[in-house]
Parts: sequence; C-alpha cells; structure tokens
Amino acid sequence: MTMTGDKDRRTDLCSRFTEKATAVSAVVRQIATINDAFAYCANLCGTGQEKIIAAPGLESSHYDLLADQCGKNGLTCINSGMRGHLSGVDIGFTMADIGIAETGTLVINCPGEELRLATMLCEYHICVLPCSKIVRDAFAADQQLRTYMRKAPNYTAFITGASRTADIERVLALGVHGPLELHILLLED
Amino acid sequence: MQNAKDLKEYRCEMQESLDNTFLRQALDTFAVAYRGSRAKAFAGFDINRLVADVAAAKDAVLPRLDELFREFKKNAEAAGVTVHFAKDADEANAIIIRIAQETGSHKIIKSKSMTAEETLLNHALEDQGLEVTETDLGEFIIQLRHEGPSHMVMPAIHLSRHQVGDLFTDVTGARQEPDIDRLVKVARRELRAKFIDADMGITGANFAITETGAIGLVTNEGNARLVTTLPRVHVALLGIDKLVPTLEDALKILKVLPRNATGQNITSYVTWITGANECASAPGRKKDIHFVVLDNGRLEMAKDPLFSQVFRCVRCGACANVCPVYRLVGGHKMGHIYIGAIGLILTYFFHGPDKAKNLVQNCINCEACKDVCAGGIDLPRLIKQVHVRIQDTKGHPLPSLLLGQVLKNRKLFHTLLRSAKWAQKPVAGSDGFMRHLPMMFFKEHDFKALPTIAETPFRDRWPGLRMEVAKPRVKIGLFSGCVQDFVYPEQMEAAVRLFADHQVGMTFPLSQSCCGLPLQMMGEAKTSRDVALQNIRAFAQEDVDHIVTLCASCASHLKHNYPVLLADDPKLADQARVFAAKVIDFSSFTHDILGLQAKDFTGDGRRATFHSPCHLCRGLGVHDAPRDLIRAAGLEYKEAAESEVCCGFGGTFSAKFPELSAELLKKKLDNVELTGAEILLTDCPGCIMQLRGGLKKRGSQILVQHTAEALACRRKDK
Repeated sequence: MTMTGDKDRRTDLCSRFTEKATAVSAVVRQIATINDAFAYCANLCGTGQEKIIAAPGLESSHYDLLADQCGKNGLTCINSGMRGHLSGVDIGFTMADIGIAETGTLVINCPGEELRLATMLCEYHICVLPCSKIVRDAFAADQQLRTYMRKAPNYTAFITGASRTADIERVLALGVHGPLELHILLLED
Repeated sequence: MQNAKDLKEYRCEMQESLDNTFLRQALDTFAVAYRGSRAKAFAGFDINRLVADVAAAKDAVLPRLDELFREFKKNAEAAGVTVHFAKDADEANAIIIRIAQETGSHKIIKSKSMTAEETLLNHALEDQGLEVTETDLGEFIIQLRHEGPSHMVMPAIHLSRHQVGDLFTDVTGARQEPDIDRLVKVARRELRAKFIDADMGITGANFAITETGAIGLVTNEGNARLVTTLPRVHVALLGIDKLVPTLEDALKILKVLPRNATGQNITSYVTWITGANECASAPGRKKDIHFVVLDNGRLEMAKDPLFSQVFRCVRCGACANVCPVYRLVGGHKMGHIYIGAIGLILTYFFHGPDKAKNLVQNCINCEACKDVCAGGIDLPRLIKQVHVRIQDTKGHPLPSLLLGQVLKNRKLFHTLLRSAKWAQKPVAGSDGFMRHLPMMFFKEHDFKALPTIAETPFRDRWPGLRMEVAKPRVKIGLFSGCVQDFVYPEQMEAAVRLFADHQVGMTFPLSQSCCGLPLQMMGEAKTSRDVALQNIRAFAQEDVDHIVTLCASCASHLKHNYPVLLADDPKLADQARVFAAKVIDFSSFTHDILGLQAKDFTGDGRRATFHSPCHLCRGLGVHDAPRDLIRAAGLEYKEAAESEVCCGFGGTFSAKFPELSAELLKKKLDNVELTGAEILLTDCPGCIMQLRGGLKKRGSQILVQHTAEALACRRKDK
C-alpha cells in the first residue's frame, strides 16, 4: 500500500471511530501531543477544587507530567491506592491499547486491579487513544486480544461510551454504575 | 412463572395482563421502537450471513461438546480457576453454597444471569442465611419486589417509573420522585455500598472460550465489572451451551447479540476474564475464582436431532421483542423463567412438562421469532414439537384427537362440512355471516362475525369452470385448502377466471384434502403426516409445472413442512421435495410467473391497503408481489402501519385464546382504518375470515377481499 493509501485508511478509521463513539454519547477530541491530554484532563476539573485524578496505568514519565499539571491546578493525582477511594474518584485517566472503529470501542488490557478500578470508579473517564491503534473491527484485533488472553491471568475490557441503563421504562440513563461520561482523546501519532 | 393448572386458569391469568394499561402501552411502544433500532444497528450488514455465522459456530460445538468442556476446564484451571460441573439446578446451587461456606462469604453481589434465575439461585443462597444483592438495575428492582424477570434483557420492563419511585421510597426511607435519572442515581448510591462490603461476586457468562479458558460478559451498566473486581471471590454460573472453541467464535456472536437484543452496535462493556486476576482484598492478592458449568437438560438437548439447534440461542431476547403475544401479555405470562418463543421451549427442557403444558400452546405460529432469531432457530417448529411431546406423554385432549380422526379421512371430513351447511341453516344470515353463534361457542368468541359454509363448495363448481386450453403457456394444479373450498369458493373462482385469460392450463385433483396445518397446530404429528401423504399422492399423477394455492398458510405448510414430515422415509421424502418445489402462492405466481402488469387491468383508483399474512411475508419471504399487483390493477395502494404483524387468526389459536386473538385483531383493524382505504386485500382466507368478521362487528364499510378477487374484477376485456 502506498503512503497516501495508508494515510487515507487511517483517516477513514479515525473518522469512523469518532462517528460511532460519538453516537453512544462519548466526547471525542483530536489532540496533537500527549501533553494536550494532560492539559485537557486538568481543565476538565477546573482549578482550585478538591478533586482526585486517578491514573494508575500511565508510564512513569507520563504520570509525572500529568501530576505536575494537576498540581499546578490544585488537583490531587494518584497512581495507586484505588481501594482507598471506593466511593469514587473524579477522573480516571487511561491509555487505550486498541480502538475498534466499527463500534467506537476502546480496548483496555487491565489485569492490574488499580487500572481496572480507575476505569470503573470514576465519574469521568478520560482515555487517550493513539490513532495508529484503531482497527476496522474486533476481528482485526483478534491476534492482539488472543495474546492478552493467553498471558493469564488477564482482564481485558471493551468500553463503548459511558455506563448506561434503560431498565426503567426503556429510558436511557447514563452513569448507573460506572463513569457518567467518557472522553476519548485521539492522539495523532 | 407458570403455576396455572389448566388452560382455563392460564387464560384468566393472561386477562390480568390484558387489563394492565401501563404494560400494554409499554410493550406496544417497545415493539415498534425495537424494529426501527434493530434495522438501524444492522444497516450495511448482511444479517442472514451474520446469523448463519452464529449458527455454524454453535452447530460445530455440538459433536465436540465433551472434548470442548475438558479443554475449557484444563485451560481455565491452568490459569487458576476452579471449574465445577453441575448436572442440575440443585447441584449448581449446592456447589455455590459450598464455595460461599468454604470462603467464609456472607455478603454476595450479583450481576444479571438468566442461568441463576433458571436455578433459582437467590432463593437457595438466602435459605442459607446469605445476603444476596442484585446489582443490575432491573434485577435490583425485581428482587426488591420479589418477582422474576419479565424480559431476558430488560427484566423490569413491566414496571413504571412511579412503581420504581414508590419502591425506592420504601427501600431508602426517603421520598423518591418518579424521575428516572434521579432513580438511577439512587440505585447507584445504594448499590455502591453493597459492592464495597461484598465477599463474593456472582455473574453469568455469555461466552466460555475453550482455547484460553476465558469467559466473556456482555453488559451495559458496568456492574459486572465491579462484581468481578471488588469481592475476593468470583463465581460465574454458566450453561454448557456457552462453550465456544475460539475468541473468533465469540466475536461472531458478539457482532449479532447486542444488535439483535437492543439495537445497539455493542454494549457499553464487554469484559474478558482469564484466570485468577489480581484482587487486593484476597489472600495473596489473587482472586478466588470458580466457573460452575451447568447441564440441567442441555446435554440431552444437544443430542436431540431436532432440539440441538437450541444451542444456537444467545439469549438476546429478540424472539420476545417481536412476538405479538408477548406484546399483549408480557413475559410473566409468556414464559416461566425464560421468556418469549425460546422460553416456551426451554421451559420444557429446564423446568419440565408441567410448567410448559399451557405455555407451549400460546404460540400463534406467525414466525416473527424465527425471522428475527440471532441463531436462525426454527422456533415455531420446535414449539409445536414440544407440544407434540407433551401430548404424546400426557395424553391428547379429545377435540385434538377428534380433529385428527376426521381430517385423516377426507370423505368423512368433507361430508361433515357439507352437512354443516344444513346444520347452520337456523343461524345463517343472508349476508354470508352467522346471525349469532351456535351454543357450542362461548361468548368470548363474539369479537368477530363468523362466515357461513358456502352453498356449493369449489370442488362441486370446478366441473363447470374447467376449460381446455389448447396451448397452455404454463400448467398448474390448484390447491384450494378447506376454507376456500368450503367457505370462500368465490376466491378460487376469481383466480380461475384471471388465470384463464392468460393461457394457464389448470387442473384440480379432487382427492386433495386439508393441508394438515391445523393438525400441526394441535400437536397431532401423526395424522398431520397422513394428510400430507394424501395430498402429495393427489397431485402425483398430474402433469403440472406449479401447484398454486391462494392460501399463504397452506402454501407455507406444503412447501416447508411436507418434506420434514416425510423425512423418515427416503422415497416419500423425495416425492415430498418434488411436490414442495412446485408449490407457489397466488401473488408470486401471478406476478413472477405470469408477469401481469398494468396493461392487463383497468383500474378504478379506489384506495386499497394490504394485510400481509404471516405465512406469506415470513413463511414464504414474499413482500412486494401482492403490493405490485395491487398497484398494477389500478388501485391506489396505501401501506398500513405494521402491515406484516399477525391479524390474530392463527387457525386454531383464535379458538383456544379468543381474548388474545381479539386484541391482535383490534390493533390490526385500527391500523387498516387509519389508511382511509376502502378495500382491504390479503392473500390468505384465514386472515380474510378474521378481518372480515372483525370489520363486520365494527359496522365498517371496508371491503375485505382476496387479492385474486380484486384483480379478477379489474381484468382488461373481462
């Protein structure tokens, strides 16, 4: 495939992913660098309030940058001790391993409990998805998913939009157990 | 839940649902909305191919079930899971109680599992003094109300926000307004505390993948993620039918399941769990995890040549979503624990013939479930077969036996029909309807006027109608079916006149009889086969290209069921296939074979609408032919809402469940009247009987005809 073809394909996957994720109430934004993601996260909280941001899955250089940004805004950033916050944290900040364009789905490989809990116990879930990791459909991620599952124990999550229910009168309500909002930051890489 | 002793008691229970205005409204809205959202979710996909993929993946499991279970157990245990096998519900519950005891678990949280409903797990746990909390919002609500689910995917669909508000007021001790968003937040708060305190989490599973020993959970709320993460013990209870060899198989099912269940492309969460994951609250930070794999009748089903296809069920609930009977009475009446068409079948296998005996008769055979099934299961056939099995072991009711005896003997049957013509004299009106119903009918059948038996049946008129066509362009055999032979012979005559204009060579073998569908509906399998053979023999000597019938139900039965009924005898099966291949319905023959067009008719521009018989649109897959013909005949065609939903006739169904039949008819006629049409056309004499009878009772002026009649009287140069 030519370079242009490859680029078109990627743009196509990105826009399809965006369309599908937006349709299930996710907020999708394009960002140019990972620093934009940290700024987005800090801004979403506003400043000077007692808010907690949990980012247990981040590699340490990234975590330091995020913590730094949060500190400037007067926010608390943690990367462990989720069991101390079972009633909830304000923001869970994570990196996706795969994006599935067909359904606007994030795949997060999270055998570590801290990361898992960060995606479950937050009010807002912010997830960075590098555009290069978007595939057409789940079948295209089959090999990668098998690799995760073969390395037991494993916990792999497909996340599509916010937590939802329609159990009362079939009326859609968001945030019944998990996050009230899902923000996806598409990182051009 | 099914506790009714007999059909009479069951009908009384259903009347309660029919009188429940909220339920009726909720299910009506849902039925219509579901069709739209499902179509949207599948847009751009070849649904038939996706369904075939699911069916093939599940069918491939059947012969390898033992081997796959062993492999799953080996791989799951290698990853740190303890895998248990439970032969029935009691054993499964006992295993889970034992796990609770051995792990010192007292507080249990659950995510939604139909399998746990099947084993009545909560009752068993609570009997041991364990505290169990359902965390799926719908399940939480019905648990607090001490009810079972009324839908497999939306367990509390029968309840209003007001009922939930009152319930939550009781539970929290504070007034809760009937505001859905707020009620959801109340549940979030109440349940979060339960998650934190729980020792054990119980889930079901949608997939058990043998190649990795992983399970997959498909959910929307995110509660299953917390259930599988926070407590130190996790137990997943799953039917052995959830085994699939590979992740790819699971993904094939995942592609269809949410789209078919709720019209979602995918659920909010799909969770894949392999082995004993990290768990900070467990000793050694390692989850104590158990998979309890349940048989409970599934292995017997897997070996059954007919019922093994039930393994293809992915529990999407779509068969309830489209079922016209479910729409009227809801899941508590249209199910025991499992609901809808699949529920009628599973109840027999999982909960026994006593729970299934009334339920299984409540199928109108409209085939809407078969049409929508994610695994392509022939649900109506299986439901009938369960009925047959129950009757064969528990005894056949007298009316059903009598019908069998009469229909088996064509001469006796036709003699009875001819004498009915005389017997009806005292009550027959001059307008073709009974003036009042004979005493043998009960007052609940009075929602429609019933037709009288015709003065002269079609078989007696035929000798005067037949004509030799010198060079026929096509040769056909006419199959009249009983209703058009003895009640509406004029419909057959109309078709004969129309065909005669177009050089169709016609024969009408006099030894043909009832198609046998009523016997099938009554669960009389043996006589149904006898009658099929009789009809095949009646046409065997005829040199015809097609066997044309004006009755969609006859057509569908002749075409699809005859080869199955005679499949046990290879020679007869061959004859049945040849016969079935020739069978064609009136509209398809006229439209596709004769190719009649506007130039063949003189129109009058009157407004007409069409009721699509179940066995035409779903049974035979015919949608456009009759509508195209109506337009070609120069009528102004106006489509009615829900034109492909059942009219409520269903042959013997309307006799067994008159209240349900009347409600379905009411909806149908309301939609017809909204079109402003003067003429209502359809392609099935049974539907005509129902529609005409209902409109007559309403005092409506709408003319109900068979499409053949409307075309025949608008022939050019007639």
